[in-house]
Parts: sequence; structure tokens; C-alpha cells
Amino acid sequence: MTQSTTRPTPRDDRAPHHRPCALPQDRGCPYHPPAAYAPLRDAGPLSRVTLFDGREIWVVTGHTLARELLTDPRLSSDRQRPDFPAPTERFSRVNQRRVALLGFDDPEHNAQRRMLIPSFSLKRIAALRPRIQETVDGLLDAMERHGSPAELVGAFALPVPSMVICALLGVPYADHDFFEERSRRLLRGPAVADVERARNELEAYLGELIDRKRTDPGDGLLDELIHRDAPGGPPDRDQLIAFAVILLVAGHETTANMISLGTFTLLNHPEQLAALRAGDTTTATAVEELLRFLSIADGMLRVATEDIEVAGSTVRAGDGVAFSTSLINRDGDAFTAPETLDWERSSRHHLAFGFGVHQCLGQNLARAELDIALRTLFERLPGLRLAAPAEEIPFKPGDTIQGMLELPVTW
Amino acid sequence: MRIQVDKERCVGAGMCALTAPDVFTQDDDGFSEVLPGRAETTGEPTLVKEAVRACPVGAVSVTQD
Repeated sequence: MTQSTTRPTPRDDRAPHHRPCALPQDRGCPYHPPAAYAPLRDAGPLSRVTLFDGREIWVVTGHTLARELLTDPRLSSDRQRPDFPAPTERFSRVNQRRVALLGFDDPEHNAQRRMLIPSFSLKRIAALRPRIQETVDGLLDAMERHGSPAELVGAFALPVPSMVICALLGVPYADHDFFEERSRRLLRGPAVADVERARNELEAYLGELIDRKRTDPGDGLLDELIHRDAPGGPPDRDQLIAFAVILLVAGHETTANMISLGTFTLLNHPEQLAALRAGDTTTATAVEELLRFLSIADGMLRVATEDIEVAGSTVRAGDGVAFSTSLINRDGDAFTAPETLDWERSSRHHLAFGFGVHQCLGQNLARAELDIALRTLFERLPGLRLAAPAEEIPFKPGDTIQGMLELPVTW
Repeated sequence: MRIQVDKERCVGAGMCALTAPDVFTQDDDGFSEVLPGRAETTGEPTLVKEAVRACPVGAVSVTQD
């Protein structure tokens, strides 16, 4: 009696009608797109990919086409649409509740965004710079007191944006362990139940905070929104909670990843780091190129609401469309020698913050934080280096925002 | 030539003011506008051209008078 007959037949990869490339995939090196995406780059600006559930969708890898389609109102961000593509199992189950801003189309999206735009203006961000600098200095003081070595994600990369977004929103930083843990589970699960529980806990916490602020106002963005004296009045409680969740999560996870992965990348590019230290380029210029090179938010999703004739193909109503930022930002037609980290190039037209009406609202806050954090880190710790072999340092899987899980350093 | 920002379309990304700060600014509410006295131009300065390209929603334009 043998049980071997119940074994599945091994899949034949040489079959002529094999499935298109899977998306998302893990990176092999944390600052390069997955090697397995190579066929997508060679196939032109628009290809087919397969999601975890077997569904085939389109993927945009060309820079010009990405700009065109990210401004096309026939592509929807509404995650409640039944055809909206799910990049992961955990994402597919939490679609029922829409994330503020990201999960809406205009005109609802525009109405939400317009309430928040004043808080993210260049003037407001410039006024925050001394506070960001103070935060960065304080964390580096603590690292120096504690002494080398250190784990840079926990000691620096995560607390910088976390403290800054708390100050901006008016959320007590004392609760940071609580919401950092919930944010991490909200974005990474791993199980669907983890995501749902994390979101419930975060919403309950922020709801209580908002209730307290009604009678005991502070001086953050949430306080401004609660006590807003504008036509239409302040947003309701659920709306305030939804804003707080997205701003808190987007405000620290993304920038934390850019700081950790940016530092790792600089330490692996000694020539570019030396040029930066010598003042051959400004940190602001380097940050822009790092945003392009690293493309940490890789794989924005949309669904077509009408047929769209584009790049010699027809994207049908109901088709899913992914935008591979890491490939778009390495399109040779838009960037010369795109595989090279190059301070001399003009990289400002990268799409690391997206494009169209959903382009990142907090991008200038992120620029200010990255400028101050990276400049001060390398000024204060000129001997900074990795405390473990680069290839042994763990980084995030491909189904979430890219960055380092840990970053052991010494100086 | 006339440089214009469509404030209805503006989403407050600040790309124009970041790219060409001598020409564009943001009002107190974070929406972009052309600095006083900078709307009229002969030709299209490189940075203005870049600002037009950088705007994520096509709110910045340069038109013939």
C-alpha cells in the first residue's frame, strides 16, 4: 500500500502557457527590485502578473505610462469595489472598511484631503524643522550615552518619525509602544485576525483620545480638526478616527523604513556616502535619489471602472492594475543608468510618492525628516558602520512597505 | 506667456513651490499660487517647465496671452 498516488503532480514550469510572474515577491537585496521582476521590465510598460489568489491583473512598469494612468479617473482606488485586487490574503479580508484618503475616489477623497492640506503645507513643515532636529538630537544623545553597538531601527529609525507624527497630530508619545505595535500588525499581520484586532484596538484608542480632546484641547492637528471653525463644521467622530489612523500609520511606518533602508544603502555605497559627507551634494538631493532608488511603497493598486485603450492593450472594466514603483523608478527612458545610485542625476520626477490626486500628502514632512535624520546621523557618528555582515541583516518581506527589520550598527 | 495655478485642482503636494520657489508659493491653506509679479513671463524658464511636469494633477500651466 502506497500513498504516493495522492501526491500532487509537480508543476511543469516549461509548459508553454505558464502563469505570468507573481506579484508581490520578496526582494533579494533590500534596495533592489526582486530579480524575478526582470521579465516585466523587458516586456514593455504594461504586462500581466498573477496575485496570491491566482487572479491575473495588469502591472505598469513604465514611467510615462504610470504618470498617464495614475491621473486617469477611470482607475479607481475604491477598495469596496468587488473587483478591487487584493495583494495578500490579509488585505482581501479587510477591504470592507475603507482607509481614509487612500481608499476613496473623488469627490469624497478630495473633500477629505482638503481638510488636511493646510496642516502639511511647506510653511507648516518648515516650522516643524526645529522640533524634528530636537527629536533627532535627543535620540542620538541617547545612543551615544548608551554606547556602541546599537540596533538602529529601534533606537533611531522608528522613534524619529513616531515622535514627530505624535507631536504633529497631538497624540501622546508615551503611548508609542501601543500604537507602533498595532501599526506593525495592521500592515503586516501576519494573520487576518491580527490585522482586524490591531485596527479595532487602534480605533478604540484614538476614539478615546479624540473624546478627551473635545473637553481638554491640545495643540495638534487632531485638536485643530475637532475645534475647526469652517464651513461644513468639523469632521464627525468616525471621520476623525479614520484620519488619525491613516496619518499615524502612514506617518511613521514609511519614514522609519526610509531611514533604516536609506542608512543601510548608504553604508553599502561608500563612494556615494563619502561624496555626501564631503558636501559634494546636499542631503536633500541625496534623499530625493534615495526615494527613487529604494521605492519602498512598491505596488500601488487600482481597478478599472471602464475599458481603457492603452499601450496597445485594452484594460477592461473590472481589471486590476498594479503600479510597480521600484520598476517605474528604474525605467531607463526616464532615468539614465537607473541601477546606479547617483547624486548628480535629476531624480525629482520619481514616483516614490505616487502621482495624481492621491500623491502622498505627507511627502514634504517625510523629506524634512529624512533630510534632518540622515544628515545628523552621519555628522554625529562619522564612524558609523554595520555591526553584522550586510547579507545577514533581515529586511521586510515583499508584501508590505520595504525596509529593514533590524539594523545592527557600530561607530 | 502667463503662468497659472488652478487652485480648484491643486492637491497641496507643493511640488511647484519645491521645484521653482522663485515663481510659486503656497497660500496659508497650503494651496499653490504664483508669487506676486511672477505670472507674466517671456518664454518658459526651465524650472517652470519642470514645475508643470512635477505637478501630480496638472494644475500648473503656461499659456500664451
